[in-house]
Amino acid sequence: MKARVTVTLKTGVLDPQGKAIEGALRSLGIAGIAGVRQGKFFEVDVEGSDKAAAEATVKAACDRLLANTVVENYRVEIAG
Amino acid sequence: MKAAVIVFPGSNRDGDVARALRQAGAQVATVWHTDTALPAGTDLAVLPGGFSYGDYLRCGAIAGRAHAMDAVRAHAARGGLVLGICNGFQILCESGLLPGVLMRNVNRRFICHRQPLRVERADTAFTRAYAAHQVIDVCVAHGEGNYFADAETLARIEGDGLVAFRYCDAAGGLTETANRNGSLNAIAGIYSASRTVLGLMPHPENFVEDVVGGTDGRGLFASLATAA
Repeated sequence: MKARVTVTLKTGVLDPQGKAIEGALRSLGIAGIAGVRQGKFFEVDVEGSDKAAAEATVKAACDRLLANTVVENYRVEIAG
Repeated sequence: MKAAVIVFPGSNRDGDVARALRQAGAQVATVWHTDTALPAGTDLAVLPGGFSYGDYLRCGAIAGRAHAMDAVRAHAARGGLVLGICNGFQILCESGLLPGVLMRNVNRRFICHRQPLRVERADTAFTRAYAAHQVIDVCVAHGEGNYFADAETLARIEGDGLVAFRYCDAAGGLTETANRNGSLNAIAGIYSASRTVLGLMPHPENFVEDVVGGTDGRGLFASLATAA
């Protein structure tokens, strides 16, 4: 089954890349954007069909490698 | 002094740091990242600079979980010395051996220049050849050297005297312009609680010969060579 993992910087952690993207959007003339934060997205193929087990596996993957929880939060969605 | 330099795919300063260590009188062995043990009698494990695993995921993230790092962790737990330079510092933070994280430079640029550093204390295995608050001339070369830790961790690092080096101007002043990557408290390097693990972004191994511009990096390797 597929898991979708979104990793984002915690609130208050400086995001120079997000700021650069925000500036680039402004220079493109795209109005109405108040801020940009850059994150990461992972599509993970999990073996088996047990949703709870899949979620536990992916959360372990996040805690141990996919996210650095000093500065990042993560969100896991199991897509049936 | 027996040193072991750990080499990851993408390490590129392993030869320079090995040379600086040999110049100071250390015996140097090389350990591949898939090795599960350090050579018997290793006093110092070194994580060199470079771009391990192409900086994929996060700088140092994948190397920090390599087999050889289990051996480095065990070595550190026994009180063995560990030195991480540049990517090595990133690996130490990612592996949990040092607190905090190295973020993208605040100016979003790869910075590569000479950099004065203030040696915070001269009573550790890494710095005894220097004087406390001595300003040394070294080099930096990194895109992700912006040291960050949460407020509680930062207060502990400062309170326990675990800052090893700070970015400063030539006179030792801690100015905003001297701290080009935006590190909290101008931190360029930190120690573990026992001061036996050191991570720093600048490259002392670059400046061990007059012919390449300076020798202020020698003090670190000279300190280590007499540490064991």
